[in-house]
Amino acid sequence: MGQIVASGLGKMYRVYRRSRDQLLEWMSRSGRVLHRAEWALRDVSFEVREGESVGIIGMNGAGKSTLLRIFSGTTLPTEGTFEVQGRVAALLELGLGIHPEFDGWQNAALACRLLGVEEAEIARILPWVQEFSELGAHMDQPVRTYSTGMQVRLAFSAATAVRPDVLMVDEALSVGDAYFQHKSMSRIRQFREKGTTLLFVTHDPGAVKSLCDRALLLESGRLVLDDRPDTVFDYYNARIAQREKDAAIEQHKDAEGRSVTRSGSREAEIASVVIEDGAGQPARLFRVGSPATVRCRFELHEDMEVPTVGFVLRDRFGADVFGSNTFHLDISSTRGRAGDSFEVEFKTSADLGPGTYSVSVALHRSHAHVDSNYDWWDRAALLEVVSGDRASFTGVAALPIEASVKRTASEG
Amino acid sequence: MLEGLWRYRSFISSMVRREFQARYLGSALGAAWSVLNPAAMIFIYTVVFGQVMRSRLPGVDDGTSYGIFLCAGLLPWTMFTETLQRCTSVFVDQGNLLKKMTFPRASLPVIVVLSSLVHFAIIFGLLLVVMLLLGRFPGASLLGFVPLLVLQQTIAVGLGVALGVLNVFFRDVGHVVGILVQFWFWFTPIIYPLTILPGVARTLVAFNPMTALVDGYQGILLFGRWPDWIMYLPHVVLAVLALIVGRRVFRRLAGEMTDFL
Repeated sequence: MGQIVASGLGKMYRVYRRSRDQLLEWMSRSGRVLHRAEWALRDVSFEVREGESVGIIGMNGAGKSTLLRIFSGTTLPTEGTFEVQGRVAALLELGLGIHPEFDGWQNAALACRLLGVEEAEIARILPWVQEFSELGAHMDQPVRTYSTGMQVRLAFSAATAVRPDVLMVDEALSVGDAYFQHKSMSRIRQFREKGTTLLFVTHDPGAVKSLCDRALLLESGRLVLDDRPDTVFDYYNARIAQREKDAAIEQHKDAEGRSVTRSGSREAEIASVVIEDGAGQPARLFRVGSPATVRCRFELHEDMEVPTVGFVLRDRFGADVFGSNTFHLDISSTRGRAGDSFEVEFKTSADLGPGTYSVSVALHRSHAHVDSNYDWWDRAALLEVVSGDRASFTGVAALPIEASVKRTASEG
Repeated sequence: MLEGLWRYRSFISSMVRREFQARYLGSALGAAWSVLNPAAMIFIYTVVFGQVMRSRLPGVDDGTSYGIFLCAGLLPWTMFTETLQRCTSVFVDQGNLLKKMTFPRASLPVIVVLSSLVHFAIIFGLLLVVMLLLGRFPGASLLGFVPLLVLQQTIAVGLGVALGVLNVFFRDVGHVVGILVQFWFWFTPIIYPLTILPGVARTLVAFNPMTALVDGYQGILLFGRWPDWIMYLPHVVLAVLALIVGRRVFRRLAGEMTDFL
């Protein structure tokens, strides 16, 4: 029970320019092809033993979710075969999707029926679902009134009320609040200890490290690495840094394809912004507290006082987390000539909470960029902080912390 | 396919139950609406057409008879189109569920058929009560409804499933069916008797498979007349054909549906 075997799995999506093209193609006797074949997954083979927990990582569009959809039976592979043994519970997307008008009880009961739970057992587990999801009186309300977080809580609780042989989780959990995330993670850990096979799709290599025995890295639909989480994690990190470097050349798109704002008079111009790890390698993923360096190269286009270089670190909501510049750091300025190149290095450490941060860099005169702005590069680089060896905490700042408890009075 | 459906019977039955509840959830009159709606329609047709049609109904000439005539055709017709149209849209409507859960896809049309059957049974039961009170209960020939309804619903499901699967790939199908059903209604002798049509139109309408079925229903309720079974041989062929087509389309394309939802 709980074994998974995939051999040569592939999934092709036909992409039509217009929906009319599909009809024309179907009607055509001569076998005219009007679609573009897009392989979301190609030639993927691996085996998962009973009770193993495997993380599937990769960038957006790497085919992670497609793979889970095939295993859970909601979509058919175009080629290849697979076998999943035992009772499968899959949390594929947000919510249960059964009926928005039905209340929480009805949705949960229907979900359990779909997961093959016995009728007698359903009556027994529904109270547990209410308790674990902490939905309380909301269980009597139609699911359409639920927030996304509440939907996730209900879906997770219903799907995991009875221990499955195989549990597949597709990032669905990342939507819930931190409290429920922790609660569900410990539930998943319990299952794992009892022998449930786990397939866990995520963008967050930190979660894979802490939860999985093994990781698969997918890239453009292909399985590029199948190894210990540490090894896969390092390889992934290097690949992302590589992509970032490629992106830096394009300058107007970042790794996620978001456009980057750049402004300024360009009498001096930023050539590159790279974030490096403690070993001096370009990196994107940092564990909490690990050393990080922001390296910025720039060039002068005119004879001028060498400008102040500053950077600001922002969280994913765009709020400033930390910023500094060479002016505040008392680096005395010299004269420079047109064509001169410079390199600035800000050595710091990622004393930040887990999450994604952006680095914006600016060249300007004296202490602030409002004065005379030569070049301002918004979101020039991204970094992702993942939990390391430090005890977990909340917030964006990793402050030093120690705690002690002593008894101040004693009964009898 | 059948074992799969059987294993999921508790899911199917609770979906049917919930769907019935959901239909009237949040309305003060609740299930009464399932009667009030068709009752309003019957009332309107009886008032508007009753006077005109009364004298033209062969063999009878009172107002109640027209009402019974109308109900005999309209109630099964409503079940037919409801099944057909909801089967056509069911895979698209339940796209979310199809993408997230694994279960026999064929349960969805089964839920549709059972839901519309429940709906029909309620209104039809009420009609029979009214007829009993009027002293016009049709008697044993009522059993003649069963095979006719089976034929009718088989055609509806077979056709509906084929169209429903296609509708996932080409959403136009649903719109076409909606229009077609409207025409089909007027080309079926439900609010008028076949006999008032002029020669050519009558031959044309007679080719409509629903005509013979509706005629059968009307015969039973108005005159307690058993259906003339020979008339329904083409319907048996049609029903088998519809099932084969529905099954083939479903088999071939159902697996790909989620890629287009």
